[in-house]
Amino acid sequence: MTLHTQPVVVNIGPHHPSTHGVFRMRLTFDGENIVDVEPVVGYLHRGTEKLAEERHYTQVITLTDRLDYVASMTNNEAYVLSCERLVGLEAPERGKYLRVIAAELQRIVSHLIGTGFFLQDLGAFATPLMYCMRERERILDLFEMLCGARITVSYMRIGGVFQDAPDEFWPALRKLLDELPRYIDELEGLITTNEIVLARTKGVSPVTPEQAINGSWTGPVLRSTGVDWDLRKAAPYDAYDKVAFDVVVGENGDNYDRYLVRIREIRESIRIVEQCVKQIEPGPVRATTAMLFKPPPGEAYVPVEAPKGELGFYLVSDGSIKPYRCHIRAPSFINLSLLREMMVGWKMSDAIVSLGSLDFNMGEVDR
Amino acid sequence: MGDLLRENTLYGNIYDWAIGIVGEDLAWLAYTVAVMAIILLVVNAFLAMGTLYTWAERRIIGRFQSRVGPNRVGPFGLLQAIADAVKLLFKEDIVPRAADRIVFNLAPIAMLAPSVMALAVIPFGQTSYLANLNIGLLYLIATSGIASLAVMMAGYASSNRYAMFGAMRAVAMLISYEIPLVMVLLAVALLAGSMSLVDVMTSQAIPFLLVTPLGAIIFFLAISAELNRSPFDITEAESELIAGYLTEYSGMKFGVFYLAEFANVLLAGAIFSTLFLGGWPWWTPLSHVWFLVKVMAFAFIAIWVRSTIPRFRIDQIMVIAWKVLFPLSLVNVAAIAIEVVAWPERTLPQLVIMGIINWGITAVATVAVTRAWRASNGLRVSPSARAVRLEVG
Amino acid sequence: MYGSGMMKGFGVTIRNLFRKPVTVQYPEEKVRQSSRFRGQEFSWFEDRCTGCASCAKYCPLGIIRIVTSPSDRHKQDGADFNIDVFDIDQARCMYCGLCVEACPYDALHMGTNFEGAQLRRQDLVITVDVLRKRAKHPSTWYRPQLERQDFDPYKQEADMQTVAREPYYWHPKRPAMLPESARKEATADGEYK
Repeated sequence: MTLHTQPVVVNIGPHHPSTHGVFRMRLTFDGENIVDVEPVVGYLHRGTEKLAEERHYTQVITLTDRLDYVASMTNNEAYVLSCERLVGLEAPERGKYLRVIAAELQRIVSHLIGTGFFLQDLGAFATPLMYCMRERERILDLFEMLCGARITVSYMRIGGVFQDAPDEFWPALRKLLDELPRYIDELEGLITTNEIVLARTKGVSPVTPEQAINGSWTGPVLRSTGVDWDLRKAAPYDAYDKVAFDVVVGENGDNYDRYLVRIREIRESIRIVEQCVKQIEPGPVRATTAMLFKPPPGEAYVPVEAPKGELGFYLVSDGSIKPYRCHIRAPSFINLSLLREMMVGWKMSDAIVSLGSLDFNMGEVDR
Repeated sequence: MGDLLRENTLYGNIYDWAIGIVGEDLAWLAYTVAVMAIILLVVNAFLAMGTLYTWAERRIIGRFQSRVGPNRVGPFGLLQAIADAVKLLFKEDIVPRAADRIVFNLAPIAMLAPSVMALAVIPFGQTSYLANLNIGLLYLIATSGIASLAVMMAGYASSNRYAMFGAMRAVAMLISYEIPLVMVLLAVALLAGSMSLVDVMTSQAIPFLLVTPLGAIIFFLAISAELNRSPFDITEAESELIAGYLTEYSGMKFGVFYLAEFANVLLAGAIFSTLFLGGWPWWTPLSHVWFLVKVMAFAFIAIWVRSTIPRFRIDQIMVIAWKVLFPLSLVNVAAIAIEVVAWPERTLPQLVIMGIINWGITAVATVAVTRAWRASNGLRVSPSARAVRLEVG
Repeated sequence: MYGSGMMKGFGVTIRNLFRKPVTVQYPEEKVRQSSRFRGQEFSWFEDRCTGCASCAKYCPLGIIRIVTSPSDRHKQDGADFNIDVFDIDQARCMYCGLCVEACPYDALHMGTNFEGAQLRRQDLVITVDVLRKRAKHPSTWYRPQLERQDFDPYKQEADMQTVAREPYYWHPKRPAMLPESARKEATADGEYK
């Protein structure tokens, strides 16, 4: 006698404690196994690209802060590099090094948040999250010293960095760099060898390199599948060609590797910042530009390695002080393309954890 | 009347005083008065300790996470639980339209009642037990079984898809873990020679934690699953299905569930300390204090475990129950049965010998479980991401 | 052994139990902010303001409203304006600081406060009277002249002379006007093509 069952559609709705923002998924279940996934995005759409057409180039920097609100510095950097490409401008040396320091500190922040929320989804009752937030607070204090704001920084300007670092920045940075590796060791001791984390995430939702490249994945999630593609090495910008660091590559592309790649990247970022602190020379931090930046007609696209993937601003200018078109290649949105391949066949708990391991940010997905 | 309760000094005193007032004809009245006094004391103490435990848990988890827990309401935040209770009382009591009203209203009561009922057999200190039932352990198992029924009632009556999901998972987990639990209790009864909790306690010349460590570990894991605590708290996984079987409950009904859950932890601590930590006999002048210290130690370990490790998935929980804990509990029962036949007097040196053998069995079991775990999915503990060195420039 | 990873985790948490918590008990204690903090309560020096409204033009949200009328001051230098209305709508301000960046005369500065919440939306609009009367604690954001004087906005108040600027100390075309100590840092590099 066959037992007739019916798949049930459950809506993991926009209001949910662990969908990393307002992300909606309609999952079709057969018992506890997922049969189909339908993501629905757009609950945080704010019209950034259209608003960018109404503001002039420097004002758009304040818009870019709010895209991936967890990693504002790299958003600023991507936009400003595209603007500079429109006129062929280069930032002075010190400006480049400060940009790299800011971007790498921001990468540490973003990966800490990604890891913390990944473990929150696993159910570790906020303890690793609180440890990550504690370290993040110290980096945000550094950002406050640099540019007066912690999250929506608006630190970069066309032609370099906005203002030089104050005198109290360098000792504080030194102190952070001395203490952070020990805290990351502690965090890894809590998580990396934990049997429950291994049981929940190892081998779950694996993605092959072919699937990842076909799905236009970039960033740590691509590197976790085994493809070593990092824009900081492939197409270096700012001062990345002067610092030595390794590209962290995973093996299987499962949830565990995605988490591990991020933790190891934090250590690489610490290395990069150490080298920048040694190599930085006094000098101007910002090239002279007009107050109302007016590039000749043209287009430019300079992608950067944001903590979530490849972020780029495609700018089309028509010779006026406002961009004619600003399109944002948001890594989180494109990394969501393989959701079906990742989730079908696994259980509901795995679905939530896979979302956490993708580390996407709704501010970027919806713009 | 109430001969079973005569050993309790408090009951005896109140009964005699009441008999002196009303005379022998109304003995039932004296009995009622005495019994009500005891119920008042015990139940209130238990529920008050439950609320205090919620405060303690929030403060201690806060300290584990490098932050301070609630410390604004009252000195050190002690009145936080009262504030929560008042808030829940003020909330609107919503019953969904499609819900089964009778079952919906009965579920919280069915959740709290077993924990209170189980207090009847637990010895809190010298002469401070309500009844020395000679089937005390069986009584405990019977009352804890009602809690799983309450979970199913809550999930079914809510007529909510999420609640049903959560309740199904919860019931599957709860009844699976009752079997290792019962096996461990059986082993302890064999060791003690009787099912009465007072006898179990007095027969612990050394605490049974040292005599049967495997039993204690299995008991700890099984009772964590029965309590829906980490790492088995799949039923109240906020990050998955909001609140599982509690989704539709609001106001004081939710408060009763919440209180029952936390009070159950204390009850489990009391049972654990009775069965494995040697209850009260070690320090008889202040036996109640010593008992409380042991319960608090168990509660601290429960909080520590909760704040550190993530939770298992439901199929992994089932695997642990049936493939790991069940065989281990059978091995435990068999070993203890053989030992009890070999050394029937259970004097202190004999218990020590039994303990040494059992520690050996525990070590073997640990190695076997580790081998099986590694072989089943080829897991190596060392992580797998490698860093590729690329040429600079 | 199965469980050794978890034991390491237990060790981490128990070590953290005995550390001092990092919580700052607001409102009894407050987090120390840096002097560059972009806060509320803008500092405005009326004597330096000429009514050019660069700040209003540069604001991305358009929340600054300036209404001026001609005056008789400084007629030889081109005549200042009387500032009749200078509203900053804090309900929508995002404290990006572009207005402060735009001001050519160092008249407008960011403030240092973050507790300026009001009970009504109308009270959130800063009017010119409030700007005139308020104590001036300008943040050192984009004001390197304040930083060079080691100005601490949380302890000191500023007046018109304190905020007066020397030439852009990073501007590569005018290193000769800088003081000796700052001249070395402003060596020319990076021309605008």
